[in-house]
Amino acid sequence: MISHARIEKNVILMLVLTLLTVSIGGLVEIVPLFTIESTIEKVEGVRPYSPLEQMGRNIYIREGCYTCHSQMIRPFRDEVERYGHYSLAAESMYDHPFQWGSKRTGPDLARVGGKYSNEWQAVHLVDPRGVVPESVMPPYGFLARRALRAADIAEHLKTLRKVGVPYTDEMIANAAADLAAQAAPDADVAGLLARYPKAATGDFDGDPERLTEMDALIAYLQMLGRLVDFSAAPAGGIRQ
Amino acid sequence: MIFLYIWAGPHHLHYTALPDWAQTLGMVFSVMLWMPSWGGMINGIMTLSGAWDKLRTDPVLRFLVTSVAFYGMSTFEGPVMSIKPVNALSHYTDWTIGHVHSGALGWVAFVSFGAMYYLFPRLWGREGLHSLRLVAVHYWIATIGIVLYITAMWVSGIMQGLMWRSYDELGFLQYSFAETVDAMHPFYVIRALGGLCFLVGALVMVLNLWRTVRGPASAARPALEAAE
Repeated sequence: MISHARIEKNVILMLVLTLLTVSIGGLVEIVPLFTIESTIEKVEGVRPYSPLEQMGRNIYIREGCYTCHSQMIRPFRDEVERYGHYSLAAESMYDHPFQWGSKRTGPDLARVGGKYSNEWQAVHLVDPRGVVPESVMPPYGFLARRALRAADIAEHLKTLRKVGVPYTDEMIANAAADLAAQAAPDADVAGLLARYPKAATGDFDGDPERLTEMDALIAYLQMLGRLVDFSAAPAGGIRQ
Repeated sequence: MIFLYIWAGPHHLHYTALPDWAQTLGMVFSVMLWMPSWGGMINGIMTLSGAWDKLRTDPVLRFLVTSVAFYGMSTFEGPVMSIKPVNALSHYTDWTIGHVHSGALGWVAFVSFGAMYYLFPRLWGREGLHSLRLVAVHYWIATIGIVLYITAMWVSGIMQGLMWRSYDELGFLQYSFAETVDAMHPFYVIRALGGLCFLVGALVMVLNLWRTVRGPASAARPALEAAE
């Protein structure tokens, strides 16, 4: 038997033994989830993010929105009544990384899409206390002044495809065009909506002339939680 | 300890879309962690058996013992919070923040402070610390700061969790989210006050250690040299 003194004085030995010790629990809990394709139930309606939504999601992550907002509704009566149907695993299956969060300094955003108008979202981001007096959220008006930089959007989607998001060649070829069309008021969005059903389109930030970071962020917020049609769920299906 | 801890991660994902078996496994191992962590805590506290009077004269030792006490408290609280019905209330609230800070400030920071007070005179070959009274001042400011901080987080966390799930007599949700944010305001003020106390205490320590290093060297205790 190896004595404890020997382990403590031999860094390599300690490292190896520590690695063995932690890998048992790690393997048992993580390896079964590698079969994620069969673990997550397929749900109709879930699709990859459109290019503009994906850029908005990047801004959501960059600004650290997840530190105060969760995107994971638990199956409790009060949460379901406050936020909507509890979250399904499939709804975040194309998230890299996922945005479930762990603290609600602000409300859950898993189903915020469509709850407020684009105008409300823009006003709220510029001056949160202007529309919610009790709010402690910092203002994000600068997003409306910053042009969205997305020259590499096609490469971005290709990267996501490498980690398992099923972007098609057609989606990648049209990435830049779709990005511009989603926030342009008069654009032809038939192709975009065929590729990304239920995407919110039109001007988001109140300035149709420019494509800003706020356009992208609101496009993302407006689709959150709207992909799955829960009206088709069986009666009482939301109670677990 | 290491073996058990690695299993405990899912206790931050109770009632989410994480598979149920992983959540339950995480809870079971978190509860099992009570054993080794309290074993360590009791071992640390009992080391002082027969020498408790030293706490009156040695404020550095006071830091170390208090850190073990906070360790015991936060490792008791952790398994409680990992139990699923408790977590249903605590998750997403400030309770978690309070729990983390009783560990981070009470245990990790205090044991680090104690270790630094012990090491500095030895590393620089000084007779002793510049001022033991300043250590005592640091100890009390920091302890009061932590207590203010974590109790404010307990109250605001449990209060907000209860407000979220509260129904009126007609069966509607009683509070809007914004109302729960408003209700937490006084506790955020107390929390800021507690954090400020803790910071002031740390600045007192920096001053004390600085004066220790700049003070006269001790003839009896030369600075440590590298072992050959």
